Amino acid sequence: MELFKSPNINWMGKAKYFAALSGALLLLGFFAWLHTGGLLYGIDFRGGTLIYLRFAQKPPIAEIRARLGNATIQSIYDISNPASRNDLVIGLKEVGETAQRIDAGRTAILKALEQIFPAPANKQDFNSVTPQALAGYLNEKDPLNLGTKAGTQYQDLAQALVHYRDFDSNGILHSIGDIGKAPGATPAVVSSLEQGFYAGPYVIQRVQIVGPQVGKQLRKQAVLATLYALAGMLVYIAFRFELVYGAAAVIAVFHDVLITLGFFCLFHYEISLTVIAALLTLVGYSMNDTIVIFDRVRENLRLMRREPYPDIVNRAINQTLSRTILTSGLTFLAVLVLYLFGGRVLHPFAFAMVVGVMVGTYSSFGIAAPIVVLWYRFRGQKVPGATSGSSGRQSKEPTANRRLATAGRR
Amino acid sequence: MNQNLKWKGLFILVIVLGCLWGLFARPSFPTSWQAVKDNFQHRIHLGLDLQGGSHLVLQVEVDQAVRFECDRTIDDLTRELHKRGVQFGDIQRVSDTQILVKNLNPTQSGTLSNIVQSQFADWQVAQAAGQANGFLLTLNSAAVAQIKTQTMQQAIETIRRRIDQLGLTEPTIAPTGSQNDQILVELPGEGDPTQAKAVIQAGGQLELRKVIDGPYPSEAEALAQHGGVLPADSEILPGSGSSSSQQPGAAEYYVLTRIPIVTGRDLRSAQPQPNPDMPGQWQVQFNLSRDAAQRFGPFTARNIGQRLAIVLDHRVQSAPVIQGQISDQGQITGGFTQQAAKDLAMVLNAGALPASVRYLEESTVGPSLGADSIREGVRASIISLLAVMVFLLIYYRLSGVNAVLALFLNLVILLAALAYFKAVLTLPGIAGVILTIGMGVDSNVLVFERIREEIRAGKANASAVDLGFERAFLTIIDTHVTTVVSAIFLFEFGSGPVKGFAVTLVIGLIANIFTSIYVSRAIFDWHLGRMTRQAELSI
Repeated sequence: MELFKSPNINWMGKAKYFAALSGALLLLGFFAWLHTGGLLYGIDFRGGTLIYLRFAQKPPIAEIRARLGNATIQSIYDISNPASRNDLVIGLKEVGETAQRIDAGRTAILKALEQIFPAPANKQDFNSVTPQALAGYLNEKDPLNLGTKAGTQYQDLAQALVHYRDFDSNGILHSIGDIGKAPGATPAVVSSLEQGFYAGPYVIQRVQIVGPQVGKQLRKQAVLATLYALAGMLVYIAFRFELVYGAAAVIAVFHDVLITLGFFCLFHYEISLTVIAALLTLVGYSMNDTIVIFDRVRENLRLMRREPYPDIVNRAINQTLSRTILTSGLTFLAVLVLYLFGGRVLHPFAFAMVVGVMVGTYSSFGIAAPIVVLWYRFRGQKVPGATSGSSGRQSKEPTANRRLATAGRR
Repeated sequence: MNQNLKWKGLFILVIVLGCLWGLFARPSFPTSWQAVKDNFQHRIHLGLDLQGGSHLVLQVEVDQAVRFECDRTIDDLTRELHKRGVQFGDIQRVSDTQILVKNLNPTQSGTLSNIVQSQFADWQVAQAAGQANGFLLTLNSAAVAQIKTQTMQQAIETIRRRIDQLGLTEPTIAPTGSQNDQILVELPGEGDPTQAKAVIQAGGQLELRKVIDGPYPSEAEALAQHGGVLPADSEILPGSGSSSSQQPGAAEYYVLTRIPIVTGRDLRSAQPQPNPDMPGQWQVQFNLSRDAAQRFGPFTARNIGQRLAIVLDHRVQSAPVIQGQISDQGQITGGFTQQAAKDLAMVLNAGALPASVRYLEESTVGPSLGADSIREGVRASIISLLAVMVFLLIYYRLSGVNAVLALFLNLVILLAALAYFKAVLTLPGIAGVILTIGMGVDSNVLVFERIREEIRAGKANASAVDLGFERAFLTIIDTHVTTVVSAIFLFEFGSGPVKGFAVTLVIGLIANIFTSIYVSRAIFDWHLGRMTRQAELSI
């Protein structure tokens, strides 16, 4: 099975359409950026408090809003899945610089929830009890009448009950009676638990608190790491090919990152450390794509000495086209699955990848390659015979040859 | 099959077995399917974002320790100067590392230099700029650095001892941050770090001091009682609000001796117990070391009827009257709940922090969310991996089997390397795995497309395969090295999650070069050796 037999497309002739497409996408991103007033930073870059809550019933968003007050709320997302769970993500703004206040956000949310859902007196919340505390309770009540023979039996039972709660029933029980389905939960155990516990209407699934200095530091570190990585790639490609190839590849990759960030603004996704990992991944992909084409250009330069440089580049792109489409297609398939089924934690990551793979693929032949062609045309016209040949294109051939290792001509 | 290929096959087999051994056969050889699963879970270390648990980053105020050292030096130096009869106007701390001695008797400047040189070797003395007869002592930078390192070490050890007493499984306590003055605490499986946080942050500085007088409702009043000047070697400390039983919660201040009789270092042990006088309340009972008891016994005997202040983190917890000679026991009371008494005893047993700490960052992932993430992440990864493999099989037919094998092997090597290096798999790490798989597929596609091209150009099977690998080799090396270069920078300059991404990526790429070039080539050679020259290569 083959997708493309021998395509013969004049890619360089279409470069202006790609440039227009990129320009449009960049502009779109820019306006989205203006509209949202800058990038939306996730908690790790912004500082503040983020709490994931799971509710037994539909979460009372309006009431939570009212109790917390809009001044402190950064965002409330309802990320419920109607079939299985009722989840809420509450983000609070940075409240203060001092150490004592780093906890203030969490305290405020807990207080609001306690007011909305008053806890029954003298009973513990089963949905947030730890295995140790549960084991302590069981040992004390001894519902199985084990007496001194109990040993670690109640510890094991507590582990099993908590495991049932966390893994088999999505982390939250709707009533204590539900625990009867857990292994080892005999009616005696259940009735004993019902005396001391109630099924709390919500559980805290995740808390993230980031101090303001940390956010700044992480942001700086992420930007620096990315820039250093790009510089490292530039140097390596310049060493293996020529400086202009490295520059073109890095510009193309940078363009991919900008467009993806634009889409993040457009769809109101937050930039978190995981998203940075996704951006780095797409940098890797796009770079990979570009190098494959450049490699083929380098090889063709030796085989097609007399042809104009744009034709050589066109041919390289056409020759690698089926590879480009295949690889990108497969990657796109993979990240699309990740986007659709990967769960909420991976969602922003997968979104960045979905956008990035598309942009990264066309930027290799639509942006990176034309930049190199333009550069040699510019050199050819303005600096005829810059080094030794009669045109820029020919003058670069010996260099390319010299740097080529054994690509194997037989 | 030629000899060369046999050795290649053997080499590949050894690697595969080594990887499988590392993944499934440690710590003990499995005898059942369940044991295989347990071993695998044991070998792959999941990050807190996947496993659930708490992650805390603490800032240690190392400058504070330097300041303490400075204050201590002022006390010692003052005493020494008085002893030698050196006359001076005032002595004060001007920054964390500088002490200013004002109005020194000009004829005695040599004595000051001598004292500093002989007894305070970490300090340098010089004429203070703009101060007639003023001298500036500066702590040298080597000593500052040493104090900071020591403070960090002590803080880490203290926090480790405290957390060990909480009985959590496999906690991580490690220095972190660009200045190396932060501590990372990871508590796997801990869904509620409130208690751990309180225990970590508690100062734990216990001092027993003699009460001169008090309590007073305000600092000013305490000072006024002494005519505005405190007696030598005394200071005013606030009460905790629970020390006087008349008005709980009211502000109160005590005048105490400056030098403690006993400090937290003199404790042999501390344990919580119910308060016999106040039902429902708890207290902490402590025992002194033999050394301290020899000091404390005579002291209490001399001071019967006086009051003794129990000072915790520079607050007077209680100030009981000494009823009789006490040799080695005491209680800290103050309306503790059972949990608070238990935590305090724990902190006292583990020792005091050398400087205060504050929280910079906290992240807690509940176990069910971690489970959700794994379930969904793994499901999505498997679906996409299957989709890619099915496509490869359809598109490249028999050669697709080769690609799928290489892909599988890549994954096995990657996971085994993570297990052997004890690396931690996090969500960004999974991103690294995905990029690796993508590049693995890409390498195969590059080679296969090249082989097809050569076959189209009329080459025989063997030479087409030969050329395909040879020509794609350079491209594969270039793409991989570029990505490895960037990953190294990410590892060097990135923060935690970005590092995890870089680690999986580098391992994956190295594995990928091996599988997509070496292994895949060996399989092709073996296949070519078995088919006739004229047969069509299934690609």
